[in-house]
Amino acid sequence: MNTEIFLGALRLKNPVLAASGTFGYGEEFKDFLKPKDIGAIVTKTITFSPRQGNLPPRITETAAGMLNSIGLENKGLDDFIKNKAPGFRKLKTPVIVSIAGDSPREYGELAKKLCAAGISAIELNLSCPNLKNSKLISQDPKTTYEVVKAVRKAAKAAIIAKLTPNVTDIREIAIAAEEAGADSVSLVNTFLGMGIDVNTRRPRLGNITGGLSGPAIKPIALRMVWETAGVVKIPVVGMGGIMTADEALEFIIAGASAVEIGTANFIEPKTSLNVVSGIKDYMRKNKIKDIKELIGSIRYK
Amino acid sequence: MKKIIIQEKIKIISNSRVGRNHFRLILCAKRIASLSIPGQFIEVRVAEGYEPLLRRPFSIHHVKGPNIEIFYQAIGRGTEILSRKKAGEFLDVIGPLGKGFSILNTQYSILVAGGMGVAPLVFLAEKLKECKSKNAKCKIVVLLGAKTKNHIFCQKEFKKAGCDVKISTDDGSSGFGGRVTDLLKSVLLNTQYLILNTQIYACGPKPMLKEIGGIVASCGLAAQVSLEEYMACGIGACLGCAAQTKSGYKYVCKDGPVFKAEELT
Repeated sequence: MNTEIFLGALRLKNPVLAASGTFGYGEEFKDFLKPKDIGAIVTKTITFSPRQGNLPPRITETAAGMLNSIGLENKGLDDFIKNKAPGFRKLKTPVIVSIAGDSPREYGELAKKLCAAGISAIELNLSCPNLKNSKLISQDPKTTYEVVKAVRKAAKAAIIAKLTPNVTDIREIAIAAEEAGADSVSLVNTFLGMGIDVNTRRPRLGNITGGLSGPAIKPIALRMVWETAGVVKIPVVGMGGIMTADEALEFIIAGASAVEIGTANFIEPKTSLNVVSGIKDYMRKNKIKDIKELIGSIRYK
Repeated sequence: MKKIIIQEKIKIISNSRVGRNHFRLILCAKRIASLSIPGQFIEVRVAEGYEPLLRRPFSIHHVKGPNIEIFYQAIGRGTEILSRKKAGEFLDVIGPLGKGFSILNTQYSILVAGGMGVAPLVFLAEKLKECKSKNAKCKIVVLLGAKTKNHIFCQKEFKKAGCDVKISTDDGSSGFGGRVTDLLKSVLLNTQYLILNTQIYACGPKPMLKEIGGIVASCGLAAQVSLEEYMACGIGACLGCAAQTKSGYKYVCKDGPVFKAEELT
């Protein structure tokens, strides 16, 4: 049975990744699973300078979901290269570094420095506010193109462009990323939402609004992945509320070459492992020899 | 010692009501029980489905042999579901989590509980008693603060652990009338605590803990306080349970829940 897939030059032994911001830097989950058993780990997003993150409360639960507004808290690039990156070899699985910047140049610079530090795959978090026009980068095809292009020029790494679902038509953003040279696109990031405590009439999050994730968003995420897979030639990495192997299979059948597990890691830390074995069980049962046979195999009749 | 986190399906021994909406849950969790220290907590999945979605954190109230006990109030969706669980059912539990209290062998230990903040302090009192048995001069004082006399819990447990228990109620229906921080101030006026080495341990609402930080700073004592915050993963991955400290944000689940009072802002 072959579960291997490629995202550009990045080879994954299976199509299940731990999503950025939900798996720390890999170490945090060592008591629950062996990272070598999952396809790859995407790190918490790194920015050039340290960021202290948003005001608490940073998370609140919703119906079958959760809202978060962490605010890209991280210790910055230098700390990452010095203290986190050296431990990655021990994890024995590819580590994809998520990055965010405030200009195409900054994204390029980050990618260049990470490559120099031995990192070979980068996920571009394009859902952070673009300071110039107060939109998110991946709400604008032109800015998306510029950022991906800058990274493509600056670094040899495999590039995954991660898209926000808070757009009218995600397909045109995915196409812009593809045209700029992204090796794959991953979607969806969280949906912008909010909650209010009626007793205090205060927002439930310190940042007022935050990103909705979890099972509640899965059908919308699946639809967007299906739409995107229909218009780009590069691999699509699907995510959004996946809790089980069957849900991961839905994304793969809709056209995703791989899936990311996010919020589920908080509830069942072994989810990514369970999804890997569930996909293998499904392949065995349905006599599928290669995962590629499943990708985009949706039947309309 | 290397920290190990266990995830297991554990059996409910009992889940009994002890107040209007207060419950004691006893779980048979041998491995977690053997690793736990006071101040640590467990993350419990109260339902198999997605309502509620996230695990719920509970501090470890008491450990006896292979059993761990949780003292909780049914006040939200998660705890209400938990309160309906019966003996013999199983719960998916992760723990022990977080950094607990540092047990210091000081002559005086003052434990200050505000409301449900009593939950982790019983386990702490029991561990302090073990130290005490080695040094007969040690004294443990517990200040139990509650809204009314109907909200006072665990007096018996503290007395069993050899503690001197003092009560305060907001409405004056039992013990000292007023807040537990005022009771602490009046207790500290008894200068023996100030002269001799004393450690204060506290758990309760954040304003209370901040006030304790101020009280101890003004009289040169040290306090360890246990914080509470909304939490998702419980293992330091999501960065959701950030608490502001003098050295920036710290995570209640991993850097805490126990912090030095002087770190709070």
